[in-house]
Amino acid sequence: MYSFEIVRPTSLADAVAALGQDEAQALAGGQTLIPSLKQRLAQPSVLVSLTAIAEMQGVSAEGGVLTLGGGTTHGTVAREAAAHYPALAALASNIGDPAVRNRGTVGGSLANNDPAACYPAAALASGATIVTNSREIAMEDYFQGMFTTALEEGEIITAVRFPIPEKAAYIKFEQPASRFALVGVFVAKFADGVRVAVTGASEEGVFRWTEAEEALSGNFSATALDGLTVSADGLMSDIHGSSAYRAHLIGVLTKRAVAAAA
Amino acid sequence: MPKDHGIGASQKRREDVRFLTGTGQYTDDINVYGQTYCHFLRSDVAHGRITSIDTAAAEAMPGVVRIFTGKDFEGVGGLPCGWLITDRFGEPMKEPGHPVLAQGKVRHVGDPICAVVADSLEEARNAAEAIVVEIEELPAVVDMKAALAEGAPLVHDDMGTNLCYDWGFVEDNRAAVDEAIRNAHHVTTLELVNNRLVANPMEPRVAVAEYNRANDESTLYTTSQNPHVIRLLMGAFVLGIPEHKLRVVAPDVGGGFGTKIFHYAEEAFVTFAARKINRPVKWTSTRSEAFMSDAHGRDHVTKIELALDKDNNFVAVRTDTLANMGAYLSTFSSSIPTWLHGTLMAGNYRTPHIYVNVRAVFTNTVPVDAYRGAGRPEATFQLERVIDKAARELGVDPIALRRQNFITEFPYATPVAVEYDTGDYVATMDKLEEMIDRAGFAARRKESEAKGKLRGLGINCYIEACGIAPSNLVGQLGARAGLYDAATVRVNATGSISVMVGAHSHGQGHETSFPQVVAEMLGIDESMIDIVHGDSSKIPFGMGTYGSRSLAVCGSAMVRATEKIINKAKKIAGHLLEAADTDIELKDGRFTVAGTDKSVAWGDVTLAAYVPHNYPLEEIEPGLEETAFYDPSNFTYPSGAYACEVELDPETGRVTVERFAAADDFGNVVNPMIVEGQVHGGIAQGIGQALLESCVYDSDGQLLSASYMDYAMPRATDVPFYAVDHSCATPCTHNPLGVKGCGEAGAIGSPPAVVNAVIDALASGGHKVDHIDMPVSPHRVWSAMQG
Repeated sequence: MYSFEIVRPTSLADAVAALGQDEAQALAGGQTLIPSLKQRLAQPSVLVSLTAIAEMQGVSAEGGVLTLGGGTTHGTVAREAAAHYPALAALASNIGDPAVRNRGTVGGSLANNDPAACYPAAALASGATIVTNSREIAMEDYFQGMFTTALEEGEIITAVRFPIPEKAAYIKFEQPASRFALVGVFVAKFADGVRVAVTGASEEGVFRWTEAEEALSGNFSATALDGLTVSADGLMSDIHGSSAYRAHLIGVLTKRAVAAAA
Repeated sequence: MPKDHGIGASQKRREDVRFLTGTGQYTDDINVYGQTYCHFLRSDVAHGRITSIDTAAAEAMPGVVRIFTGKDFEGVGGLPCGWLITDRFGEPMKEPGHPVLAQGKVRHVGDPICAVVADSLEEARNAAEAIVVEIEELPAVVDMKAALAEGAPLVHDDMGTNLCYDWGFVEDNRAAVDEAIRNAHHVTTLELVNNRLVANPMEPRVAVAEYNRANDESTLYTTSQNPHVIRLLMGAFVLGIPEHKLRVVAPDVGGGFGTKIFHYAEEAFVTFAARKINRPVKWTSTRSEAFMSDAHGRDHVTKIELALDKDNNFVAVRTDTLANMGAYLSTFSSSIPTWLHGTLMAGNYRTPHIYVNVRAVFTNTVPVDAYRGAGRPEATFQLERVIDKAARELGVDPIALRRQNFITEFPYATPVAVEYDTGDYVATMDKLEEMIDRAGFAARRKESEAKGKLRGLGINCYIEACGIAPSNLVGQLGARAGLYDAATVRVNATGSISVMVGAHSHGQGHETSFPQVVAEMLGIDESMIDIVHGDSSKIPFGMGTYGSRSLAVCGSAMVRATEKIINKAKKIAGHLLEAADTDIELKDGRFTVAGTDKSVAWGDVTLAAYVPHNYPLEEIEPGLEETAFYDPSNFTYPSGAYACEVELDPETGRVTVERFAAADDFGNVVNPMIVEGQVHGGIAQGIGQALLESCVYDSDGQLLSASYMDYAMPRATDVPFYAVDHSCATPCTHNPLGVKGCGEAGAIGSPPAVVNAVIDALASGGHKVDHIDMPVSPHRVWSAMQG
């Protein structure tokens, strides 16, 4: 790690101001950033910790929408969202290990947009809205390929609003080493249709499997997916699984998610 | 009633108090006044010619004390290989130089090029980034077959080949084996890979060296399993420091698994540099460095053939193995695929004709050397997989086929040059069948099938050879070291005892189990006895801990030394009691004149030894301290039978281990709890190898599995509760304790059980799959199921 300054503002305004400095970098839970710093892959002059900003914390549900403060940890989501959006709470409870869950945050995960992370699947399947210090970003506009989002330099995710589906489930097939998703599928059934989001598989990051959505919107059962396959083109291939294997897993896991949600 | 003290008691490990309360003293906990920090600049290419190194800018950076390159080591020795292999044609193996810092060429990713010594680690790292190294990249050889092809790039230009040796064992048997296979009723052939592993001890390697100019003494603190071996290799072969000017200390060591046996460049470097700059130098490996600089394990590609007669008796085994040496010969690398592998190819079976061929190959990868089991897991895996395949081909029960071919009479001389002293393979298999509830398997399989899963049962046997010896024999085989061990029993005036042992404990629990032996012999309380290990200035010249040798070899030395203590103490007691020493009996810590009530206590005798007022000074010397060196007359041969039950998800290919049973014969057992813990850990590592762990290079020699993000270590949730048993004990006949060694058994015995179980599960689902290479990952299982 190179040496750096660290500040821990207690208000959003102070955080935004601190991020205006040269080579400033926001630090949420640090589950990706800290290892990168240790590897000397990044050299920020100042880290702006977001963990002391009260207005970025917390879990609340109102009017069919679950709102998570951007700085809410996975552990808190796992505990406090269970009554409102059990599938999302279950997803949070299976990220990493207790140490990761007690540091990592929903805002950090969505800002990083790791192609194998869990939260992007939940956000995309739920049709969530990303709330930042300066605007609201619709899901359709937010993810822009792996590790790329609509966030501007210095923009902070202050909250994420998840519409609560009637039924939902997330099934993750873990990559054996990292325990990130080799493939993860989030299925969410709303009154007006079904959304299916797939993480871990595509070279473009999280994506919606629209054919499955159409089939499930008419008939929300695993059998509705019979005969549907995903093309391996554009899917990731690495030492843990070929693109063909990932394509196969998407079909298997989507069925399992539907069965778990039904 | 289980014993509550002495041999056979499950004493809790006394060392765990400090380990569990954070008060262990590991090498990284050692900081010396005025110390500097070292950072190695390592090659990021697998193969290349160094055309220039410019350190000028880096030297001028803050905190830099000195920057070293290969030039500083011209005229300094290279890292030696400890075992000379003679090939099939009587020629010595190719033995290339292994410089401390790269000279001329880099040969694997991670090969150290420069070392920056600075006042702080951060300054050392900063300066390393300012060094400009130009490397003309050369094509890399990674695949062993490609490395042996004509015109392949040469890892070592001056060797003229990438073949280190072509070893045949026993070469004189070759023709007879070929003929037996030609004439056999049935031959089962299997090609398989024994996957390359990274040992990953919890504590990475660390080395701290200091130099005392006043007396010209160097001290090296290092994460080693054998400090005296390091002192000898580094002092005599690399740096030219005589033993009396070199102290090597291996304090608490957080796991070794073989990878901390070897003499590494980094520890030689810090010792060298501390003398040059006259300041202490410290190096602590990062986890990333460990992946690319700790010696790796396994990495064999093998074709094995098992020939059977019409009655299913084994008649011959023939193997053809490529063994990866990596870019350089690590300390014991050459011996692993040969003497520690070929000698085990008889397994637990009467096979009259066996021939083992091993070609060791240089590649542009990290050196490969011993890893828990070292050669013996590779032998066991091939043999127990091919037997299972033969059973499937012949339509016979895999347990019955094994039982039919078991060695049942001991001693048994195998056709691969070793003689098993004892064993009872029928008894361990009987025990195993009882432990696994084979009769209930069909019902468990049905339950799995009702959930849409497949269930498989895999079993296998293993034999291992521990405590490599005797020294004169291994010397003839090419070993450049003795393989005895040593212990000094120092009885203090008040009767407490320090036992200085050549073995090193880095997880094995010697500090608990060794005193149990001495306490049993003397009849005194274990709390009066402490073990001292790991410091060459405190202990006799012993050979350290590896190959499950500590109790069988060093423990035997300790017994011999304690016997000398008893003999002398009886003379002192005889004098005090005015009786002949031959009439003195030692029981429960008291010396008694046989047949009388005249006695003196242990403490009376020990005090007399050091305050010899009433003492036979004309007959014996004062004091009570004895040393013994013990050189075993043979290996020990632990054996056992293992069973694994897996559940397999046919939709995803994911395999989970549901049940695991291990019936081991370790001979006599000193501390059953520690033995069971060793088996548990070994099985976890074996399951890790079978299902999860894989060290992967791409074709350019880049390490793809270079961190825990891609290298899958087994976790608690990956392993089941184990059923373990060591009641079928046939004590070793040639060491005083009758012990055999248990450290590696779990890692040797478990991989074939897991893979056999997977193949069985697939077969039950109608999938005719002969073999899946380890790790049997979900992707590989699914791919195999696709045909």
